[in-house]
Amino acid sequence: MKRFAQLIEQLDSTNKTNQKVAALTHYFQEAPKEDALWAVALLSHRRPSRPVTTTLMRQWTAELAQLPEWLFEESYHIVGDLAETIALLVQQEDSGDAPSLTQCIEEIIALKPKTEEEKKSYILNRWKGLNNFERFVFNKILTGGFRIGVSQKLMTRALSKAVNIEENILAHRLMGQWSPQNTSFDELILNPNPEDHLSQPYPFFLAYALEEGFQAKENPRHWLIEHKWDGMRAQLIVRQGKVFLWSRGEELITDKFPELTVLAEHLPHGTVVDGELLPFKNGQIGDFNALQKRIGRKNVSLKLQQEVPISIMLYDLLEWGGEDQRQLPLHQRQQLLQELYQKLPEDLPLMLSEVLHFSSWEAVAEERERAQEMRSEGLMLKHKDSLYAVGRKKGTWWKWKSDPKTIDAVLTYAMRGHGRRTNLYTDYTFALWQEEELVTFAKAYSGLTDAEIKKVDQFVKQNTTDRFGPVRQVKPELVFEIAFEGIAASSRHKSGVAVRFPRILRWRHDKKIKEANSLEDLKKLLP
Amino acid sequence: MELLAVINRLNFPFLYLPLEKEKLGMPLLEFTSKGIYCKKANVYLDPWQGVDKAIISHGHSDHARWGSKQYITHEDNVPIIRHRLGNIVVSGKKYGESFNINGVQFSLHPAGHVTGSAQIRVEYQGEIWVFTGDYKTQSDGISTPFEPVKCHTFITECTFGLPVFQWNDPQEVHNDINRWWAENQRQKITSLLMGYSLGKVQRLLKHLDPSIGKIYTHGATEEMTTVLRNFIDFPPTERITRDTTKKEIEGNLVLAPPAVLGSAWVKKLGSLSTGYASGWMAFRGARRRRAVDRAFVLSDHADWKGLLSAIKATGCENVITTHGYTDNFAQYLREQGWNARTEKTQYEAETLETAAAE
Repeated sequence: MKRFAQLIEQLDSTNKTNQKVAALTHYFQEAPKEDALWAVALLSHRRPSRPVTTTLMRQWTAELAQLPEWLFEESYHIVGDLAETIALLVQQEDSGDAPSLTQCIEEIIALKPKTEEEKKSYILNRWKGLNNFERFVFNKILTGGFRIGVSQKLMTRALSKAVNIEENILAHRLMGQWSPQNTSFDELILNPNPEDHLSQPYPFFLAYALEEGFQAKENPRHWLIEHKWDGMRAQLIVRQGKVFLWSRGEELITDKFPELTVLAEHLPHGTVVDGELLPFKNGQIGDFNALQKRIGRKNVSLKLQQEVPISIMLYDLLEWGGEDQRQLPLHQRQQLLQELYQKLPEDLPLMLSEVLHFSSWEAVAEERERAQEMRSEGLMLKHKDSLYAVGRKKGTWWKWKSDPKTIDAVLTYAMRGHGRRTNLYTDYTFALWQEEELVTFAKAYSGLTDAEIKKVDQFVKQNTTDRFGPVRQVKPELVFEIAFEGIAASSRHKSGVAVRFPRILRWRHDKKIKEANSLEDLKKLLP
Repeated sequence: MELLAVINRLNFPFLYLPLEKEKLGMPLLEFTSKGIYCKKANVYLDPWQGVDKAIISHGHSDHARWGSKQYITHEDNVPIIRHRLGNIVVSGKKYGESFNINGVQFSLHPAGHVTGSAQIRVEYQGEIWVFTGDYKTQSDGISTPFEPVKCHTFITECTFGLPVFQWNDPQEVHNDINRWWAENQRQKITSLLMGYSLGKVQRLLKHLDPSIGKIYTHGATEEMTTVLRNFIDFPPTERITRDTTKKEIEGNLVLAPPAVLGSAWVKKLGSLSTGYASGWMAFRGARRRRAVDRAFVLSDHADWKGLLSAIKATGCENVITTHGYTDNFAQYLREQGWNARTEKTQYEAETLETAAAE
């Protein structure tokens, strides 16, 4: 625990990538293997389930620090992080032996079925025995959500240095649903047995947004163009008569889509394809939001399957005949994929993403204009010889999205941010006109410069008209241009409309609130 | 006076009127658009606009402002505000030395905030008010330590008036700083240590271990330190000039104000580890926003417990909170039985925003 807390403190106190990697590498080399494995798990967002509610943790802290609850809440809103607030308010009383990371996590796991009294006594004891930063890390393990500026990629790089295994191989080994409770450092990382990993997916290859000046440098004939399908990225695996479907977030979602089971009869052992899971009804690609319904339900009824039927739009082949194909050039992988697809019966929930060839960038741009008609988000540009790499890499795969839709909206509520934006009002709610009323339609967190954030923060503090816990209602005065990707009708939103990826494009100092757009204007953008 | 006493004796609860002098006539100190004002003496305390006569608690720019005709302050603060405000008319007083203006008794008492900082005690016809300016209850090794002053009404800062602020023993922080420097020295990296030009930097300097290496300074830091060398012993420092080479400063320590971060001046220093000392560094978000390699939690303001102990020690009934987390702090004090309220001032030298994102 001490060693792990020191690691997190080191990672926290530098913004230089090399130093972060060095600190992680050092940890992986020095820590006991079981602790190192838990560190890998925590840094890749695999954590024990939460044994206590945060409400209880808040009450216990207020009690221990002898503070009224309102003052605890105010402190929390100002600090912006529950784990940290508790760490700051509780004082270390004895510096007894801190447990090892593994021991500590095992205790937390064992806590779950215990009584509230037992939980309280354990947690208070730990709080009093740890120093400030250890207490913070302990609370983070309890409450989950380690956001410390270490990407999985960075962690994998450090691990690769520590164990001397190639990064790509490691990234693959760390995929999927494992837990230090059912595997070991040796089994998972050093000497995995392929038989144990029937369901194991490959790391997804991700594209960057197209860079300025790309077209001037590149010959369109070297690039294969596809539409960027608007669904959920997914990896489909068939091995030994079993089907597995993985989301990009490395979640196994096979059981949400029972209609895929049939694929085991048609795809041979050792087939892994990459594609986009789409709602697909009556020969038409449906709205992205419909998928949420399928993902959200615990039990997928036949009725739901009929209401929101799905299909996978295939675009890459990662494994064929049990062999890793990722080092083949893209055009060859696509060739194999096409051959495989053509042999399949027509009624399967599979489609093949059409590969387009163009001789000029103007023609590509024209195709991009068809995005809405094709029900895509824009285009994917992939170099014909590109390998299937690991994670986000620049150079061979690009996404060229349709221009976002925009609308001018009024700032109506604000909340303090988290992490490095602690104590600044950075989380905003925006509204549009409906007759004489402002109706909330979106929240947005990003898009302003640090200088602008400071100005808006000042405005919020000076123009608060009401408070609801951490949320401040502000005088409607500021107008912002909000950009978003997709738009769909929604019965869950008060406005009747759901927008995707809303973000602030610019602050419209030149506009008065009366000049902001109306809900009607927004609804006109519905497809 | 007589009339009120009669009304109170009649025992109409709804007609109860307080008997304290404050509520009877004009309060001894009032908050005006120019600053904290004593009408009886026609004197302002730390005014934020130019006035005829100003009593100044300490030398920070939000408390000692330009434009008044006459200044009164602690004698150690005289050269400091002269350095900052230029040629002004100023008279210096010793701690505890009483002076009378128009029948009102004034005296200055150690606030422990920075060198020459004082609480201002105001007494008229037996009623005593104390204005703290800024203060801390920890001893910093360079300024005269804080002394509580008995009073009826206590006007207190509360920059860190939230229970999340609890300072560690400053000696531990200074040990951390020296260890950090020694480690950088070993790796042939220069240590850039940043803090407020008046007070913080000298407090840091006083506790640096000169056996580790040489201590260099930024121009602004060197000038203020030179002023304070009049009354305090510091380890030797050398100002960085155009002729100073990267090689010379390698592995040594550079003291500078926080504003230098990201400037061309810093780029010329070569390979660096950056450190920043401030009470705000208690917040992880502020540390990350500041983007320094090492954050040291060291403040010249009182922490939560310091504020509460200072208030208790005055024996006061009334508390007026000025800058910081004023509303929360006043509400907490009311729940604890004080008659506490908040007044708006323009003292805001150091906030989380300025400390974290300058």
